Amino acid sequence: MNQQINDLISKEIENNEVCLFMKGTPDAPQCGFSMAVSNMLKILEVNFKGVNVLEDEKLRQGIKEFSDWPTIPQLYIKKEFVGGCDILKEMYENGELTKLLEGKNINFKKKN
Amino acid sequence: MAMDLNEIEKLIKESMPDAKIEIQDLAGDGNHYSATVTSSTFAGKSKIEQHKMVYNSLKGKMGNELHALAIKTKE
Repeated sequence: MNQQINDLISKEIENNEVCLFMKGTPDAPQCGFSMAVSNMLKILEVNFKGVNVLEDEKLRQGIKEFSDWPTIPQLYIKKEFVGGCDILKEMYENGELTKLLEGKNINFKKKN
Repeated sequence: MAMDLNEIEKLIKESMPDAKIEIQDLAGDGNHYSATVTSSTFAGKSKIEQHKMVYNSLKGKMGNELHALAIKTKE
């Protein structure tokens, strides 16, 4: 992977506590899986940065190598790779996602 | 850019012989699958590691020939 892409990814992860590498943008996702994760974060009112990998083919390939993960979306919370769509869906449904957010001191909307 | 259901099952079986695998072709297009994999080799591993094991068994096909495979892993 070229150094420039590696630095770009590292910078995004460092500058954004919750960083979602996705196809499209949170407002206009270009893939159902990216939309699903983006929507979970929106429902929980988590402030996150969406990085559109479709804007740069090198980034699209680079993030797969960076995380050693073959698919997109990919979610990072406080520099830690949390997973892709399947894992996030499971975590959302079984309550592990809110526990993780709590544990990492990320603001989100708690259910009343 | 499509992959046969049996081929997916075969590849997973090769790297995890004890695995129980249920695969569904979600859209009927040979491109969007969902797989539930149950294997004792997942024990003590994180979800990320478990999913990586399944991805690895597909030998780089995931994200290429195989566009979408939703994975659920169970110990």
